[in-house]
Amino acid sequence: MTLKRIGMEGSLAIAEAARLADVDVVAAYPITPQTHIVERLAEMVATGELNAEYVPVESEHSAMSACLGSSAVGARTFTATAGQGMELMHEVLWIASSMRLPIVMAVANRALSGPLSVWGDHSDVMAVRDVGWIQIFVENAQQAFDNTLCAFRMAEHKDSLFPVMVHLDGFHLSHVVEAMYPLDQDQVNGFLPKYEHPFALNPEKPVSMGAFAMPAYYTEAKKAQDVALKATKKIILQTWEEFGKLSGRYYSPIETYRSEDAEVLLLMMGSFSETAMLAVDELRQEGKKAGLVRFRLWRPFPLEELIQATRNSRTVVVFDRSLSFGTHLGPVCTEVRAALSTLKNGPEVVGFVGGLGGRDVTVAQFKDMVDKGEQTAKTGIDQIEIIGVCE
Amino acid sequence: MTLSWRDFEIGCIVSQPGNAAEYKTGDWKADRPIVNLDRCIKCGICYMYCPEGCIQENSKGYFMANLYYCKGCGICATECPTKAISMVEEVEA
Repeated sequence: MTLKRIGMEGSLAIAEAARLADVDVVAAYPITPQTHIVERLAEMVATGELNAEYVPVESEHSAMSACLGSSAVGARTFTATAGQGMELMHEVLWIASSMRLPIVMAVANRALSGPLSVWGDHSDVMAVRDVGWIQIFVENAQQAFDNTLCAFRMAEHKDSLFPVMVHLDGFHLSHVVEAMYPLDQDQVNGFLPKYEHPFALNPEKPVSMGAFAMPAYYTEAKKAQDVALKATKKIILQTWEEFGKLSGRYYSPIETYRSEDAEVLLLMMGSFSETAMLAVDELRQEGKKAGLVRFRLWRPFPLEELIQATRNSRTVVVFDRSLSFGTHLGPVCTEVRAALSTLKNGPEVVGFVGGLGGRDVTVAQFKDMVDKGEQTAKTGIDQIEIIGVCE
Repeated sequence: MTLSWRDFEIGCIVSQPGNAAEYKTGDWKADRPIVNLDRCIKCGICYMYCPEGCIQENSKGYFMANLYYCKGCGICATECPTKAISMVEEVEA
């Protein structure tokens, strides 16, 4: 039974998913532009719509720390953050993943200070590439709702047990009302099994979590973690397959738009993908064989799918929504170029940076990037060009 | 002692309670405690204060540090009300 299509703000769609998932604990600190998510959850706990413990902590560092504790005792745990909040909890993020605690966190991607900006970009994401969480990008309210539900299953599966970040663009998605189809409680109950951590803290079966390791053990512990994170790919794919059967909406690690015969591809993640699709349509109208590739799954890095989606194109133009200061390529561009460098006769990978601190990027600018990108690819010169910067 | 990465418990959980006892820290110490049995009044204060929990009561009721664990911090010597414990340098015999 499909429920009626409704309009819902991106943030609230995520809160609704968390409610349907019947989370047990939300430990959170508000920060623009994620606040609507946790505010709504607090409201739902207060009215009794959601039977959960809402822990209003004093900072994001405490939020993630409290989430560690609740996840460790077997409570389904959810939180949300953005920008500076993500940075404040940074050290605890590594701990959540290395302790294999399946926390789900929505991140309303926000620019990192300074200057202080509450608006969206991906600098908060790029600062946490290495922390060991499963990371998924969504582009619209439907995807935000769907993938928050999927995140619980990906996180809590006994062969996974890794925390999951669901990235949504701050303001561009968090604060925008979009049409979407929700699911009902029965559908979600069928999709999400109960969370059972194999070693949940329990006085009857005591364990120590958060141990210390001498040099003789640390390397092996990290290898075990990396191997396990890569192995979650199977669970991620299975989850999306099951979700597709339930909802009719299928997701995959790399999603493409008109890319099959494309000579030049735009590549990005997040809501600007939808603007880029318009650019691709216009370019196609003008006779240019353009396409779009975007990351749905960011970590573990979907190497095979990326290669599959891009190998037959001549140029890949990566659009980065953050700067890695002092480097000659944006962060996503760097990763994509490295991934595709193993291909013989693979595409040239070039990049642009834009959409920083909430700056808009237009269809015309994406078309311009395609044009300039192909030219840059011929010169082989790398330098960061920031789209729309006032010289 | 080495361990294959495959043999690590998930999340580096320690599921065997109390296995800190397998790790002998006695070779960490530079000084070791020596008890003057004439001064010792068997009050057990050293046992309570030892941060390692390595002081044990023997069959005669005296409290002795287990030197396989004792790190030589000297807290027992500082807390002993009769100054029965002295810290002496651990040297090669």
